[in-house]
Amino acid sequence: MMINARTFYFCSLFSLGIAILSCSLSNAADPITLDPALERVENSRIESVARAVPSAVSVFVPGGGGGGSGVMISPDGYALTNFHVTSPAGSFMRCGMSDGNVYDAVIVGIDPVGDLAMIRLLGRSDFPKAELGDSRAAEAGDWCMVIGNPFLLATNLKPTVTYGILSGVGRYQYPSGTLLEYGDCLQTDASVNPGNSGGPIYDADGKLLGIVGRCSFEKRGRVNVGVGYAISINQAKNFLGYLHSGRIVDHATLGATVSTEPEGGVVVSNILESSDAYRRGLRYGSEILEIDGRVVQTANDLQNVMATLPNGWRVKMSYRSEGKTVETLVRMMGVHLEDELLKKMAGALPPPPPRPQKPSQDDPDAEPQDPDAEQGDKPNKNENRPRQRGQGPAKPAVKIPQQVKDQLVERKGFANYHFNLAEQNSFIDALRNQFPATNTAIKPPSADEQQAWLITGETDQTPAQPVTIQVAADKMSLQIGQKTLEIDKRSEMYDVVTDGSAAGLLPALDAWRRMLNDGPRKFGESYYLGTMPLGGERPLRDVMVGLAGELEVRWLSHPDTGAVEAIEVFADRDGDPAELWLLREGDSKAMPSVIDLRYGIDSTLKINVKSWEEVPAEKLEWSAEKKSVKNSDKPNLEKAVGATQNTNDKDEVKV
Amino acid sequence: MNRLAAITLTVLFAASISDLPAEAPLGTWVRDAQKRVVKIYGAGGLKGLEAYQSGFLVSPEGHIATAWSYVLDVEPVVLLDDGRRFESKIVGFEPSLELAVLKIEATDTPFFELNEEPTVDWGDPVIAVSNLFNIATGNEPASVMQGTVASVTDLNARRGTFKTPYRGKVLILDLIANNPGAAGGAVIDSDGQLAGMLGKELRDSTTGVWLNYAVPADALRTTIGDIIAGRKSTVIDSATAMLPRKDSHNPNALGLVMVPDVLETTPAYIDTVSTDSPAARASLRPDDLILLVNGQRVDSQRTLRSLLRTIDRRDNVELTVQRDTQILPVTLQP
Repeated sequence: MMINARTFYFCSLFSLGIAILSCSLSNAADPITLDPALERVENSRIESVARAVPSAVSVFVPGGGGGGSGVMISPDGYALTNFHVTSPAGSFMRCGMSDGNVYDAVIVGIDPVGDLAMIRLLGRSDFPKAELGDSRAAEAGDWCMVIGNPFLLATNLKPTVTYGILSGVGRYQYPSGTLLEYGDCLQTDASVNPGNSGGPIYDADGKLLGIVGRCSFEKRGRVNVGVGYAISINQAKNFLGYLHSGRIVDHATLGATVSTEPEGGVVVSNILESSDAYRRGLRYGSEILEIDGRVVQTANDLQNVMATLPNGWRVKMSYRSEGKTVETLVRMMGVHLEDELLKKMAGALPPPPPRPQKPSQDDPDAEPQDPDAEQGDKPNKNENRPRQRGQGPAKPAVKIPQQVKDQLVERKGFANYHFNLAEQNSFIDALRNQFPATNTAIKPPSADEQQAWLITGETDQTPAQPVTIQVAADKMSLQIGQKTLEIDKRSEMYDVVTDGSAAGLLPALDAWRRMLNDGPRKFGESYYLGTMPLGGERPLRDVMVGLAGELEVRWLSHPDTGAVEAIEVFADRDGDPAELWLLREGDSKAMPSVIDLRYGIDSTLKINVKSWEEVPAEKLEWSAEKKSVKNSDKPNLEKAVGATQNTNDKDEVKV
Repeated sequence: MNRLAAITLTVLFAASISDLPAEAPLGTWVRDAQKRVVKIYGAGGLKGLEAYQSGFLVSPEGHIATAWSYVLDVEPVVLLDDGRRFESKIVGFEPSLELAVLKIEATDTPFFELNEEPTVDWGDPVIAVSNLFNIATGNEPASVMQGTVASVTDLNARRGTFKTPYRGKVLILDLIANNPGAAGGAVIDSDGQLAGMLGKELRDSTTGVWLNYAVPADALRTTIGDIIAGRKSTVIDSATAMLPRKDSHNPNALGLVMVPDVLETTPAYIDTVSTDSPAARASLRPDDLILLVNGQRVDSQRTLRSLLRTIDRRDNVELTVQRDTQILPVTLQP
């Protein structure tokens, strides 16, 4: 390793003319003495390379179908690479590391739009991992290095190191083909060649800055011309949770189009009325100032930020409209419909590799190329060729090893459902290991003795009103002061959410109780979504989704404690969900001290919890005469209802 | 600058504070250079001809040095580093240096000084700042690349290998600086001084190898200075009166038969030269392109005719013509 690093370093010294100097100034017998400052720099660089190289991964598609690079990000084998590196392999690949070993690897999750893929190398729990850096802090002119497997040279599993500087940061590269979009990416003059795809770019200290994935090529053929691009590690960080879910993930859109004003500023030129941004008051002509904590001054800036956000995230946004500055939260919609993404992805997959007898046309200069479109780095096209020649069938059948099969479950919409199941299991384990499950012994559900939740407290208004919440299997009620809202039909759950009613906390509690008792397999269609901010704030929370009839329920849990912090119930896709925030003082396993029901960004009902018990259902008291939830509820909730008025219009009309 | 100094400077910009654990970024120094580099948009956009290139500011009054190319066939639009957009005027060009100077209506622009003496020699570290591939748009800073001056040499040492009219010294670079759109970009030494201007893409006609080079700043200095000072303007002096047709020169009388004038701006290519004419005596040839008439820029045959109308038929006419890769001064004697 050190030898590699030194060789590399001396090569660069030669280019600085130093070797020539040493030859001319010193006799052959004299040892070369270096300026201490130079020596320090040299040693530092050697150390950084030595630190970075062990986490580099060389990806090979089994059966000689090409390959690329990758980088290990966790000791238990999770590595990042490009979608376009894994896509020719499908679910199984072999990966070499600089320790000289080849490991079997299985696909975990893919982001076809952002060109990211997560794979898992098997067989160790102590893989050397890269230290993630902060790509937002990187600047043009920073020294950097690219480590990987250019031209698939790493047949001895020793990766290639190239050194250079960042030529630009926050670059936007238009989609190549129909899918891949590189937003907010890094541009480097360190050599990036076919085969470097998916590999790491490190800063001068050896911290991971991004995932290399694309180059500018034009008339000079498919080799480095001094312009390589890398997906920023900060974008990758946003997607890590989504990739861990084993899903095929999508990127986010605001549901608006914007333009840069001549005198500066990002102004909305078009907006979908069904978008959350519209519900939060964003209109034609509004000026977007900041999103996800980043100031935007041009449409390009906004596009850059949006390209780094996953579908479904809710982030902070501030905008100026009619002289007023509004700070709000906005939920993102997906760039694609689910089936649309799968269809496009199929289109982006490589054509079957050429058969050996077919004459090769890989003189890049001879290929007609569109000068306007930068050529995406498609290793399946060129990188493959040298390895494919002389082989028999186009796609030789690859035998998948048992240990890979053990971690591979195929399912539509997922790259590998195995990893989603694992996340579902850890979610339900965490749910069953926190309040209220830890409060009372979990009783196995039985037809004879139905359990129910009985929650008491008072509103945080002055004067405070007593609150009683009862949640049983098929009936639930919310009593505030003298007023009681009762639900005994599933369809009423949908209505209370779309109406923005205070009773919206009932379906959230009901879902929680059912999930706790039934687990994700019996709850309904359930899956682990990934991680996202809560109320626009980090850390990113784990999100579990459960579909119950017409309702979609999301649990947002703290990544460290596993404590559920919010439950969101979506009824109408084009309306605000009911959000039940659970606030605790101190102990994450304790009873929430406050539960807060919110629609949009407004709190509808805030309750200071006094007690929260599991009781036999027959002990609950129901009002003799059931009142209509909707009617009794409305006068109290003008604000919430008002907020949803616009959203009843389901026509997606662009303004 | 000698090699020893080069090493010291390498260390300086690698670790400008001696106790830094690792190499310091090129940071502010790069940023200062980027602020002086501009994006230029003009003619082109057809297959293989990019409609953009780079340039850099050389005066506080908005003078911009760039590469003389087809992009400047229309009055170019200039984008400054801060995103401001300007219409520009070509105030001068020197075909033998492949240099043009543009002017925008801006003041207090940051700019590069041009040194009289060469600031770099082989072995010296440099950075190149340009908008190669038009990667940077709007207010995005230009791209920056690093490398070394590999040699300082003459391009025409092997005649005809590289098709360029430029005959002076060039800085050969070990970085892949000369990409589409990079022409006119700035090469900076480790003091932040302008070392040279990136040239147009050049490819070895036999090996197909692309050359990475820059024209040294000291070779451009005098011409840029003359153009800024107005001593060497190629702008047509509209104040000069047209003479009566019978008193002035015209192409035919000089023996110049131009290619058919079919476009609004047909380039002033010579089709044939009449025998025993001033043009024939000056050894002009078919396919010569007339660039300047008495130092004024000829952007079309129409301009050529009107410029000749301002010259007394008894006076000499000074032409600058391009013949293949040569730039030739020619005097036509009536």
